[in-house]
Amino acid sequence: MNLLGALVVGLGFGFFLERAGLGDSRKLAAQFYGYDMTVFKVMFTAIITAMLGLFWLVRFGVIAADVLTPLQTYALPQVIGGIIFGAGFIVGGFCPGTSCVASSLGRGDGWCFFGGMMIGIAAFHAGGDSLANFATSNNWGALSLSDVFGLTHATTMLIIVAGAIGAFWGAEWVERKLSA
Amino acid sequence: MNTTMRTPKPYWNPYLSGVGLGLILLASFVVAGRGLGVSGAINGLVTSIMTASGFQALFGDWVFVEVLGLIAGAMASGALAGRMHRTVDSGPRITSRTRLLLAVSGGTLVGFGSRFAHGCTSGQALSGGALMSVGSWIFMIALFATAYAFAGVLRRAWQ
Repeated sequence: MNLLGALVVGLGFGFFLERAGLGDSRKLAAQFYGYDMTVFKVMFTAIITAMLGLFWLVRFGVIAADVLTPLQTYALPQVIGGIIFGAGFIVGGFCPGTSCVASSLGRGDGWCFFGGMMIGIAAFHAGGDSLANFATSNNWGALSLSDVFGLTHATTMLIIVAGAIGAFWGAEWVERKLSA
Repeated sequence: MNTTMRTPKPYWNPYLSGVGLGLILLASFVVAGRGLGVSGAINGLVTSIMTASGFQALFGDWVFVEVLGLIAGAMASGALAGRMHRTVDSGPRITSRTRLLLAVSGGTLVGFGSRFAHGCTSGQALSGGALMSVGSWIFMIALFATAYAFAGVLRRAWQ
């Protein structure tokens, strides 16, 4: 039953990624040259939609409040992971989900990226305990941005939404500037 | 240029697609109590190969089944829009061979990095981001900053 949910959620996930054009590595890489900010717009619209939805569903009692528990923070590993991942993103033109979308469409670069990810993950596991221990070091617990800034959940959310709207406006401006 | 190929339909508006994706992410939290993921499924695939434990267990794994759905959803959308065809997408100044080598290299880095980040753009950036998890936002900032920092060096690959 739960697996049927997984399949249906996945269907929607793949559908919207593809609709937005995120199965095309050139469109993904264009984010970092400024003339097509689709990646940023799709990502942040999705984040604020889900964030606001979660807040109100908990408020109305539709879902349990503990669904809002943040993920565990592993500070230094996640900085290092982000740096390696970001370098891989601009070299390879995909992230894991979008490479699956490109592969599904028949794109050879999607397949190669996917194969590369399998190599990278295998290398991590072959690296033994020292890598695994580092990855779980620096655990700051289930820390939320609102804890860090000492603000309520709702206030933090409003700041993120306002920041995103400002950034969308900026993204449109940069796109117009660079495509003129 | 293959002129017999049907012209693909235009992509949807990014904000509209983003709202759709956000509602799917929300649905994931409602039906499963967790967000989306992709690298976790690939990790499951790799570890089941490395430990020779067979693939049966994967089909009982939420994130693996979700990625099977993702593949089907992407195929459905691509087919409806006329974007299903075998090709290699690459920048105008590099050969397909170079593009494929870059794709393998980038994929290797992304796979390796995802294990330190405890997820990828789906599990951390989207899902953890919506939960306001500090580590997810740290990951997202490090990711974008690094990709922008290396964009100049890789200009030839994309423009």
